[in-house]
Amino acid sequence: MSTIIDGLSLGSIYALIALGYTMVYGIAKMLNFAHGDIIMIGAYALFTMMNLTGSPIVAIITAIVVCTLLGIVIEKVAYKPLRGASPLAVLITAIGVSYLLQSVAQIIYGAKARPVTLFSLGTVKFGEVTLSLSALVTLIVCAVIMVGLTLFVKCTKIGRAMVAVSEDKAAAQLMGVNVNNIISITFAIGSCLAAFAAVFYLLQISATSPTLGSMPGIKAFTAAVIGGIGSIPGAMIGGILLGLIEKLCQSVTALSPYTTAIEFGILILILLVKPTGLLGRKRREKV
Amino acid sequence: MAILEVKDLKVNYGLIKAIKGVSFEVNEGEIVALIGANGAGKTTILHAISGLIPKQAGTVTYCGHDITSTSAFKLIPQGLAQVPEGRRIFQELTVYENIQLGYFTGKDKKDYDELVEKVYSYFPILKERSKQIAGTLSGGEQQMLAMSRALMSKPKVLLLDEPSMGLSPLYVNTIFSIIEEINKSGTTVLLNEQNARKALSIADRAYVLEIGKITMTGTGEELLNDENVKKAYLGG
Repeated sequence: MSTIIDGLSLGSIYALIALGYTMVYGIAKMLNFAHGDIIMIGAYALFTMMNLTGSPIVAIITAIVVCTLLGIVIEKVAYKPLRGASPLAVLITAIGVSYLLQSVAQIIYGAKARPVTLFSLGTVKFGEVTLSLSALVTLIVCAVIMVGLTLFVKCTKIGRAMVAVSEDKAAAQLMGVNVNNIISITFAIGSCLAAFAAVFYLLQISATSPTLGSMPGIKAFTAAVIGGIGSIPGAMIGGILLGLIEKLCQSVTALSPYTTAIEFGILILILLVKPTGLLGRKRREKV
Repeated sequence: MAILEVKDLKVNYGLIKAIKGVSFEVNEGEIVALIGANGAGKTTILHAISGLIPKQAGTVTYCGHDITSTSAFKLIPQGLAQVPEGRRIFQELTVYENIQLGYFTGKDKKDYDELVEKVYSYFPILKERSKQIAGTLSGGEQQMLAMSRALMSKPKVLLLDEPSMGLSPLYVNTIFSIIEEINKSGTTVLLNEQNARKALSIADRAYVLEIGKITMTGTGEELLNDENVKKAYLGG
């Protein structure tokens, strides 16, 4: 039971990160490989503010602001000038931004891992089962964020404009939608989710380093692809699935060393059977 | 008084000169048709007017303002709307959500309700299908939806790109009679059409476009009876 909750909670962190990948891909048609590193910057923001103020609330708010602004700035400075350029150029740029962020963090904070304790929540007992409270909080907050995001996309004007831009940029412009603004908003939302991911990820590992974002970034990207990149519910399902698989594998001693291999193996299997991912659709090529 | 004026427009795609200096005007209240074969540059001209593609040279004036370098999305609240070729409706959204997006730049709830009623009165079938996913509509219904979406922005000038493309003759007649109705209610129409006979029959004036240049102009009737036009575009 506690393995399941741990898996769900790790999965919901992956889902939060995967949402960032998938929304940006859906709308800007690019893979933002610097997304994981935004989490890392968020983690350092938490680390710095915890040391300066000692208040987790202040630290979390700072991290959210820093990540959101960082996302917008990266898009404006690095990606916007490349709109219409070949996808490969954009991809290389994203990888460049990723290394840039890691190097900046290393210059400022050094390469060593720095301990961060936001707050410790302990455990709760439900009858026989002991559950980690931080896993429960993670799960609940992530669920609320995901429901909120789904409602935002479904029910607000901006949300519908996002769907429109992801489907057909020119047609969206002919509705009076400012495509550049929508792309900025998407980056802002994705990066804001990365800040939340940083908070919950730190609750699990309690230390930050310049490469903190790489592994969860890659895992979440895998989750987004499993779910079908571009699809919001797909990212959620993919994330949860991956988190569950990871924790279940780790709980079985014989499988535990092969956890990562199993995760990526499942990715390959799913892509073999359904190349567009679980919820991905084939887009008809426009003539 | 010309509400839309295009002067010496040139558009290149890389090294290819697609539009080689085209000038024409559309007066308030008119239906003006651009006719010409595939690849003549009709769609390119409409995209250039709407600001979707960059222009090499020339000016576009709309309601007395120079809109040559205005971004596409800014033209919608000014009343210059386009129904693009191939309809380009948002397939994943419902019919109603597509119509709603047409009012993206508007803010008045009452105004919005009236507009929705108005487009439903033009196209009653869309009201029946309002909750349906737009991608499941037939070609003709999608054309109706694309037109409704554009009408939601209360255009003064409506650019229509190949509204009859791929439609059954029955739908073509419906669409064209609605274009006339829209025009009678005060919207100026610039129409791109390969179906020259149909376009000329409703147009006040028309321009014939051949490989990036205007080669002929006249009233719809004059061109319908012109021997060269008959030969090239009306099947003898």
